[in-house]
Amino acid sequence: MASETGTEVTDETSTEASEQSLLGTTEVADDRGAGPVASTETVIEARHLDVFYDDVQALQDVNIEIPEKQVTAMIGPSGCGKSTFLRSINRMNDLVDAARIEGELLFRGKNVYDEDVDPVALRRKIGMVFQHPNPFPKSIFDNVAYGLRVQDMDVDEQQVVEESLKKAALWDEVKDQLDQSALDLSGGQQQRLCIARAIAVDPEVILMDEPASALDPIATSKIEDLIDDLAEDYTVVIVTHNMQQAARISDKTAVFLTGGELVEFDDTEKIFENPEHQRVEDYITGKFG
Amino acid sequence: MSSETRDIVTDETNASRTAKEQTYRAIFLACGILSVLTTVAIIATLFSDALTFWSEVPIEDFLLGTNWSPQIEGSYGVLPLVSATLLITFGSAVVALPIGVLTAIYLSEYASDRTRSILKPTLEILAGVPTVVYGFFALVYVTPALGTIFPSISTFNALSASLVVGIMIIPMVSSISEDAMSAVPDSLRQASYGLGATKFEVSTTVVVPAAISGIFSSFILALSRAIGETMIVTIAAGSNARLIDPLDPFSAFLNSVEPMTAAMINIGKSDVDPGSLTYKSLFAIGLTLFAITFVMNVVSNLVAERYREEYE
Repeated sequence: MASETGTEVTDETSTEASEQSLLGTTEVADDRGAGPVASTETVIEARHLDVFYDDVQALQDVNIEIPEKQVTAMIGPSGCGKSTFLRSINRMNDLVDAARIEGELLFRGKNVYDEDVDPVALRRKIGMVFQHPNPFPKSIFDNVAYGLRVQDMDVDEQQVVEESLKKAALWDEVKDQLDQSALDLSGGQQQRLCIARAIAVDPEVILMDEPASALDPIATSKIEDLIDDLAEDYTVVIVTHNMQQAARISDKTAVFLTGGELVEFDDTEKIFENPEHQRVEDYITGKFG
Repeated sequence: MSSETRDIVTDETNASRTAKEQTYRAIFLACGILSVLTTVAIIATLFSDALTFWSEVPIEDFLLGTNWSPQIEGSYGVLPLVSATLLITFGSAVVALPIGVLTAIYLSEYASDRTRSILKPTLEILAGVPTVVYGFFALVYVTPALGTIFPSISTFNALSASLVVGIMIIPMVSSISEDAMSAVPDSLRQASYGLGATKFEVSTTVVVPAAISGIFSSFILALSRAIGETMIVTIAAGSNARLIDPLDPFSAFLNSVEPMTAAMINIGKSDVDPGSLTYKSLFAIGLTLFAITFVMNVVSNLVAERYREEYE
């Protein structure tokens, strides 16, 4: 099943990896993107996943295994279904009446579309950062504390807000104006605030839907550095239409092509230097898309 | 002059087109001026007649007087009327504001497109029912029904009028609030869902706060409508001009009261001499009513301005 996507590597090493993580010594690649990364456990797996919007098929028979605490990039031309896939993972597509799903999407082995799965609880494990910064029209502090409050988490709000803003590399810029409106921040700061907001509730996975596409190059580079750091603690799945960005920040890359087909999934280096499929090579080298 | 440039200079065809344009402009302007002039004329007559009234009855006696008995005692204290208006406005607000906002939340956040497409127009029909129908509905159905709960209720009473005025303004609250909630960008809802919020939390912690200025505006507009409402209160609330005791709203609601609008109707349809003091008092009440709704509109604009959320 996974032969075409090149992910069958996980099994031999996953036991070792999970033992390491129990001991707290898991080494998350410093050489990210610069060679084959030690495989870890699969966090998210799709099996024969189809997604339809009314009669239009947005994803076709997608099979993929996304490894823990790595950055997995989804690339492909507009309309290829990469965002649809991302939104299927935390069931944000439930909010679209017309969306219909077939096949399986497993989070830690559990199909998230099973009857007994509560999408609200699922989204507490799988956070999301959107294409356009979307802070709430509230103070900076309240934005970060929002998830803690709706999830009724018994934590020291002050401390979690500070830590989250530090992890999102925003603390130094906003520590003296936590009670000011988040809407007064620049676009890049707002997006880092949204990342802080997502990590404040301590999810396992962070989904990012083109998080830098609305930002200028400097803000983009800050976000990219941040994503690199986040993979120490979280599994990051990022959709991007920027191939250089995928090459810079990801460990694994999935290439979706028109029609909602996942054509190739492998280590990022392999995808960019020696892809299996001619169509992927054509896309990577800019012959289309 | 070349043939090309001849086309663009003022000649007969171009001149007649310009003349037509000016005529159209004048017609549109005249229509605009008409409504402004009418407003000015109404305010001017209100003021001039109210001022003649106040030259005979001191304005402080009018505004602070606690007895309204124009024809029998010649007593023109407007407070009983104002207190009755406020009582009914308060009663209708208790009915309409919560129900209106909750309806708006349902329509905007919970209802499917299909449900909304049926429910919203139905609610708007409620707004199109003539108020005289509401008035008799209050008198003929609501009051007897209330009588089974409160046997001491009068035939004409503030409670029945309040409930029905409240029902009448629900669509105003729900419709304007729903527009404000629908205008809240979806990106904010998604952000909230993405953080593990339930639909109820998304509605209460994101949508309602972001739409608060529109919700306030709907309140003010609906309350202005309740204050100015005439038919329902004239038919159902009665004409007993009593000063409401704020410490005993219960008995106030169960008895007959006379709001400002009802008092104006009662004077207008009685056979008072058009030059008489009683007749002129009509304008003084009218001006007071206008002042109240005007202040509410100003407050509404200030509130909307103050709480306007900018999303980007």
